[in-house]
Amino acid sequence: MEGHLNLTLKIWRQKNANVAGKFETYQVSGISTDMSFLEMIDVLNNRLIEEGDDPVAFDHDCREGICGMCSMYINGRPHGPNRGVTTCQLHMRSFQDGETITVEPWRASAFPVIKDLVVNRSAFDRIIAAGGFVSVNTGNAQDANNLPIPKEDADEAFAAAACIGCGACVAACKNASAMLFTSAKISQLALLPQGKVEAANRAQAMVAQMDEEGFGACSNTGACEAECPKGISIENIARMNREYFSATFSSK
Amino acid sequence: MAITGLFLISFLLVHCSLNALIFLNDGGVAFNEGAEFMGTNPVIRTMEIVLFAGLLLHIYDGLRLWFENKSKRPVAYAVVDGAANSKWYSRSMGLLGTLLLLFLILHLKHFWYFSRLTEGLEDHTLYAEMQAVFMNPVVVIVYVLGCISLGYHLLHGFSSAFQSIGWNHPKYMPTIKTIGAIFSIVIPAVFAAMPIAFYFHLIQ
Ligand code: HEM
Ligand code: SF4
Ligand code: FES
Repeated sequence: MEGHLNLTLKIWRQKNANVAGKFETYQVSGISTDMSFLEMIDVLNNRLIEEGDDPVAFDHDCREGICGMCSMYINGRPHGPNRGVTTCQLHMRSFQDGETITVEPWRASAFPVIKDLVVNRSAFDRIIAAGGFVSVNTGNAQDANNLPIPKEDADEAFAAAACIGCGACVAACKNASAMLFTSAKISQLALLPQGKVEAANRAQAMVAQMDEEGFGACSNTGACEAECPKGISIENIARMNREYFSATFSSK
Repeated sequence: MAITGLFLISFLLVHCSLNALIFLNDGGVAFNEGAEFMGTNPVIRTMEIVLFAGLLLHIYDGLRLWFENKSKRPVAYAVVDGAANSKWYSRSMGLLGTLLLLFLILHLKHFWYFSRLTEGLEDHTLYAEMQAVFMNPVVVIVYVLGCISLGYHLLHGFSSAFQSIGWNHPKYMPTIKTIGAIFSIVIPAVFAAMPIAFYFHLIQ
């Protein structure tokens, strides 16, 4: 059943990374409960543009939970009150009429604010570039049956590969740690024969890059796993720790 | 962090078992014999040095991580719903550890200082000293609070240490968590029972 909501929005506005931001309060009315959270912000932005104001900048692309762009910290939680969804998959029926909703950007020194709710997540790209690949020669693909992979390993690798790089794990973590993201990107390769070859180097290089980007350490609170829209497990972090220790131990 | 934490856990097990001898209610005979052994055996005296080193390393690492991790989010969130995704004690290890540290300073002054650095043992036994110290209700309350801090520190720390060293396996983690929870409740409860028992003269 469609309903309509009147809401008070407290949204973080910040011109760029070099100036301090502050909250602005907006009223929106007649918001359909069938809208997504992003569509609700679209409604607000339309009005701001018509009134000659600067619309709220926010990241979005696919609007179906697969690109990982829609970073928003809503009422104290990444991607809002529901588990297992991104902001674009969050419906307004999850809110009450008359509610005040606070919307903030991901806050981490490794994710500087570009504008309003948009943060720069290229630190993640540099972690991937440091080792999140397999080095294979180009040419014809070999017959897939040449590389038998146990079903369990394939499933686990696939579960890790579901990470969309959204950064909710960093946003949720009290230490702004990127261990869940990095461990997912390490695990998706380390579990497969193609990735085993470079596993030791990969763990060391990606962890070193993660530290250099200024993410915090892991306190094992499990907040990342709880807030991850793709349900990435912290078992991946334990695997990364194993890979990292054994690589450090045996590296030359 | 994990290695020193697990090492401190193994110490707690020994310390708690030995101290529990007071509950034999034999006027401290068995306990004093144990204390005498721990105070004179060269292997134990060497382990005491390792223990202090481990504790200092754990404290140094813990406080360093606490401050370093804090600095990774220079602009704080206005609204944080921490309870939605994690346990408060897992987010408060630095605070719980600091409370533990304050308790430990008092605790070491009471008993370690007394038995190792003063001539006190010549006048009366460690058991008698315990009886005397725990006549003060404020001390008893501080000790019980210290044990509660320890309980919550371990409730997160025990299984967290295994995760840190990479021992998270679907087959074993539930068992580790169960053992961790039992350990975190039983050990601090037995410790807390000691000052309480002395204060209320439940043991003589
Ligand atoms: C008998 C005393 C203690 C025991 C048995 C103990 C045990 C543990 C264990 C098992 C962990 C988990 C390690 C991991 O997750 O890898 C831990 C973490 C921690 N401990 Fe202790 N601890 C004790 C005293 C202290 C003290 C005195 C401090 C003082 C500051 C402290 C500060 C910390 C901190 C800050 C952490 C969390 C580190 C992180 O962010 O992961 N602990 N402790
Ligand atoms: S691990 Fe989960 S929360 Fe972190 S970036 Fe990947 S999908 Fe997002
Ligand atoms: S916009 Fe792509 S995941 Fe939300």
